[in-house]
Amino acid sequence: MSVDERLNALRGTAPRKPHNARTLAALAANPGCRRRTLLDAAGIDKGQIAQGLGVRISIGQMSSIAIARGKGFEAKVKADGCAELLRLLREHIGLPVAEVHYHDLNPADTDDRITSRLRRSQRALQASAESNEPTGTLFDHPILQLTVNGVQVRIEPDLIAFKLGNQFFIVEIKSFAILDGTANSGKVAGAAQQSAVYVLAMREMLQTAGLDPDMVSDQVVLVCPKDFSNHPVAELLDVRKQLATLKRQLDRMESVESLLRLLPPDLSFDPRLDAAGRPTRDPQELAAAVYQVTARYSPECLDACELGGVCRAEASGMVPVLGRVVREDLGGIDSIKEAVELATGLREPDAGQQQVADLLRRAYGMRETALGAVR
Amino acid sequence: MTTPHDRAEIKTAQILTAFTDGGHRGVVVDSPPGAGKSTLVGRVGTEIAAAGDPVAVVAQTNAQVDDLVVKIANRLPGLPVGRLSRDGYQPPPTVLLPNVQVASRVDDLPDCRVVVGTAAKWAQVQTARTWPWAIVDEAYQMRSDMLLLIVPLFEQMLLVGDPGQLDPFSPIDGERWAGLPWDPMQSAVAVLLRNNPHIVPHELPVTWRLPASATRLVQTAFYPFSQFAPGTHDGERATHVPTVGIRRTAVDEVIDLAAGSGWGFLELPHRNTLRTDAETVAATADVAVRLLQRGTETRCEQAPGGRRLTAARIAVGAAHRDQVAAITRALRARGEIADGIRVDTANRLQGAEFDITVILHPLSGRIDATPFHLTPGRLCVLTSRHRHACIVVGRRGIPELLDAHPGTEPVHLKGFIKFPDGWEANQAVLAHLANHRVSAPH
Amino acid sequence: MTILTSLAKALAAYSMTPQQLTVYRHLHISSKPIVIVPLTLAGETNAPLAAMVGPDRARPTLIVTRQPRNRAERIEFAGRLASELLFPIETAAQQTQATGPGPNARLRVVDAPQLWVPNPAGIEFIRTLGRMTRLRFIEGPWAVPKKVRDLGIWLTWFAEQAEFADTGALIAATQAIAAVWATGQSDLEDGNLAAQMAWLAPPEGMDVAAAVSRAENPQLCPPAGPSTDPTFDRLFLEPALRDLATARNPAAHNAVHRRLTAMLEEQMRPTWELTWTAIDLLRDVPEAPRVPKRWEQQRDRFTSFHRYVADGGRPQAKRDSAGRSAQRLAELEQRMAAFEAQRAYDDPLVIADHRLTGEAFAGQVVDVDPARRVPGLRRNMLRPLVTVATGDQTHLDVGQHVYDPARNGQQAVIESVTETEDGWRIELELHNQMGSGLTAKPGSVPTLGEDVTYTSVTETFVRRRPWPTRDETPWTHGGPPPDSTPVVEDAAEDWS
Repeated sequence: MSVDERLNALRGTAPRKPHNARTLAALAANPGCRRRTLLDAAGIDKGQIAQGLGVRISIGQMSSIAIARGKGFEAKVKADGCAELLRLLREHIGLPVAEVHYHDLNPADTDDRITSRLRRSQRALQASAESNEPTGTLFDHPILQLTVNGVQVRIEPDLIAFKLGNQFFIVEIKSFAILDGTANSGKVAGAAQQSAVYVLAMREMLQTAGLDPDMVSDQVVLVCPKDFSNHPVAELLDVRKQLATLKRQLDRMESVESLLRLLPPDLSFDPRLDAAGRPTRDPQELAAAVYQVTARYSPECLDACELGGVCRAEASGMVPVLGRVVREDLGGIDSIKEAVELATGLREPDAGQQQVADLLRRAYGMRETALGAVR
Repeated sequence: MTTPHDRAEIKTAQILTAFTDGGHRGVVVDSPPGAGKSTLVGRVGTEIAAAGDPVAVVAQTNAQVDDLVVKIANRLPGLPVGRLSRDGYQPPPTVLLPNVQVASRVDDLPDCRVVVGTAAKWAQVQTARTWPWAIVDEAYQMRSDMLLLIVPLFEQMLLVGDPGQLDPFSPIDGERWAGLPWDPMQSAVAVLLRNNPHIVPHELPVTWRLPASATRLVQTAFYPFSQFAPGTHDGERATHVPTVGIRRTAVDEVIDLAAGSGWGFLELPHRNTLRTDAETVAATADVAVRLLQRGTETRCEQAPGGRRLTAARIAVGAAHRDQVAAITRALRARGEIADGIRVDTANRLQGAEFDITVILHPLSGRIDATPFHLTPGRLCVLTSRHRHACIVVGRRGIPELLDAHPGTEPVHLKGFIKFPDGWEANQAVLAHLANHRVSAPH
Repeated sequence: MTILTSLAKALAAYSMTPQQLTVYRHLHISSKPIVIVPLTLAGETNAPLAAMVGPDRARPTLIVTRQPRNRAERIEFAGRLASELLFPIETAAQQTQATGPGPNARLRVVDAPQLWVPNPAGIEFIRTLGRMTRLRFIEGPWAVPKKVRDLGIWLTWFAEQAEFADTGALIAATQAIAAVWATGQSDLEDGNLAAQMAWLAPPEGMDVAAAVSRAENPQLCPPAGPSTDPTFDRLFLEPALRDLATARNPAAHNAVHRRLTAMLEEQMRPTWELTWTAIDLLRDVPEAPRVPKRWEQQRDRFTSFHRYVADGGRPQAKRDSAGRSAQRLAELEQRMAAFEAQRAYDDPLVIADHRLTGEAFAGQVVDVDPARRVPGLRRNMLRPLVTVATGDQTHLDVGQHVYDPARNGQQAVIESVTETEDGWRIELELHNQMGSGLTAKPGSVPTLGEDVTYTSVTETFVRRRPWPTRDETPWTHGGPPPDSTPVVEDAAEDWS
């Protein structure tokens, strides 16, 4: 069976959930997790798996009110052929933009297939890259693709690519505010990681077409609401570090093929959806299948992966649930019970545990003395 | 063809001219490890003072200050040199040259043509005086808030430092200043350059310390935008370790490997451990002691006929203080032979130079990396202190740990971005060490 | 975090019972804390939606904006919050006492206000609301009531105080709890007040595991804010806001607003109760000896800032100037070091932490020469020698200054460290706090057989040259920046 066939078998009847810029950027959150790597490669809806296991997911939910506001803001920036955006590029970024062409790559209608949109986007961007036309061009909503783990992944970024001279700039419109020149550093990091995916995808496209990939700038234009208003403001964002991170993660991603080799051939994560899309597979059986692939859980997963709650339940009683620092402090002891028994002297350390056991016993002794004195 | 000496000399002359004739308020000099930074500071200070002008010299630690005082006082016999120090500071006897005066108040050193003190001490100075010339040594290790305090004392400043070493540190989360061009958590040079983009740093072109075997790696891993060359060629530095007969251990093997190639990596079996892991600590101490036991000799431009490696020419470096303490204890347990080996953290080894260094890899035995462990400056300091060879000790599994490391650091608008990335730097060093690996049995 | 904290977490997870991390509480708790539970509208920048405020657990004041997207309503919200907060601030400021006898005494408030929010995001809300209101004009075309601007200045002050390690002015309940107790879950999960409190005070008749599971369900335990639960937004808030916008007459509007108020109260009430329960739990922990002194300093800061505001002081700038940044960093560092040292001196569990990391050692005095003198510059100086036998692995070395927590930080210098069969012998020379004579005053030198502890942790105070004012910013730091006085644009700042 080919890799693709194996992956399809893993997914079963559930519809494929392709990678997007958000999921690719999220790779950075836990690149060492085999479970996530495999499920993402197979296009498996992790949220659905979690649901099938009866575990609540806390991530990926956005308030409908926030979504509405975000859409309104984006529409405002893009209104009238991106008039507002052009002003920002001129005034905030200092680009010498006089007039521009506007190239709409949004879907023409509901039948507009993604493959034809991809071809259209590629043609438009490549033609522009080859021309020496001095006027700027805005490409609204192009489709890009990126090779991930040997598979072509299409990404449909909510973005604008802007060409001026022989440079392409990615423009990211986000709805978090820039207040007095600063913004939430986690959200900026998220935007930078996503932008890096777009930059890399565009570079890959130019390179495939035999063009100079460095035409795509590693400085990204970030457009956000200013202070407490919904007036936009633009800032340049340097994504060189995020690009390097993304590239090395794609380069070093454990190959899906070798991951598959570790698994039983009949393994499947099919949640067996009923007509209404509800999972019908026995949760215990599904859990057993999921647990066949090792996870690398840390509490940060709860904010970064739909399976966070699943892996936390699996790791119950193990040191990683207490956090990365605790895991490091306990120097390689995996089980909470074992750590406590070593500390209290109920258990004799193995050969490799002598040192950490000594430390834990000393710590436990000091703790008892200190608390005992006031009890 | 120009020799390294010629090139270094030309650069020094350029820097002197730029500083003294250029009318610039600030001149910045970037120096790779062992490129003659303090020699430059001493020389510029001496020349300006000899020409008749007062010079202030700022260093970061008392040891650096003492070192510069001696350098300058020796070059200026007859001219008084001031050593500014805190109350009760006892300078080592070597500093007390006939033309050196020590005082805790700068106004008590009115006749001194050159006054040398730590940045912290200069930041306390209360005086009506100003100095036309100031030289700041190790300026990348000084925080910009310190610079802010001392600038008014000086008219023109030469800032010399090594951009690849550790950044200054604060236990405070500086989020509120992120992106400000005067962010007080940043180094003095970073802030000065951000606010004065027309200032282009000069670069010292030759490392006199690093052997040819280390220059390329250190440059690509830690100074991706710099060009510098070794001052010596391949054959000029050599390490000779008399062979052992039977019972050659992994420690012996790694020493032999490093003697031949300049690098060695003693790799212990994989295990997640405490950072003071007894086995790794023992192996680190063993390497250092074994170098002495075997009668290692080094040959170089300073000693073309070769000389016996002494304890004082060996350093053992680690990331954490408790590791340093554990290694110190392990060395003490190995008897008098180890007396005099310097064991210290990367922080405190900055600026120091040895013939052979033994390093406990910061990521050894860990499950995760943290920003502290990935800071490229830490590894840079540890792998660039040696003139002959560097031997790294660590547990297996570091590349896997790096691969699993999440890349989710916060990003600030207009934030200071520094290259190289710690991950890349660590990978580059590991990739190099993979070719110089000796596996230790469990 | 340290091995003791990690061990405590493991013990908590194993026993399903929270474990104390410190013997004492190092935070002052006001006799009349003011709790604020804020909620904001999703998608906007700190748009206040509602708040539950007050010093009385039984009778919170409920503030609900009549239309969160409306600028005037936000000013109205700020005005109502100002009425709640400025009154206790003024009341506290009016009651002062002299700092001591004599002509140099200053005035200090008898007690200062202390604000509590559920979590760090609540502090961020306070900070941002302060920014939103402090730069307004109180006259002219975009005038706001003076109390709104004053609120902005005060909220900014409270939020800035919260950046200090030793803060007692504005406190996030989750952090105050986490400073005293370890739960058997990670820090990330402890950030959810309900989940954290499930360990400390599970609902009647429920075990910790069940309580935690319930706490993580936003339908049963609404988030502690200021962000609301997305499901709540979709099912309840959004329809209510839509109805509010389309209400055709005041009566209909009032009806919708009553509905909105009721549903928002339901979202805030559990957090309000949890925050008060957290305060009560903390109050029951014995207070560390050095807490009153720190609170006195906090009262001084409040007193002097109140005078600044009363004298018509300018609102705080949008961002720190070079000099202000450096000065603030120095103060943050100094207060952090002092707090760390004071905690270590007060608390046996904190000093144990330092012993485990090698920054302190405890042992028994095995030799003492209390009358030892050494020649000084003018006369002989009293320098007793004390030898301590310890089993602690310290990495302190000869020449290191160490301090005795039991003798108010008496300074000693390590003279020698010798390894023995069962540990180390550390010889110390005592330097101060023994009186002025040539014999030590009673009790100032440890006696033979006494159990002693020494640590390198200490408060530091550095005297420096003055920080430059804005106008003195040197060329290295960009020169003097443009003036920071609020400008008309700030007053006119668009809010929606």
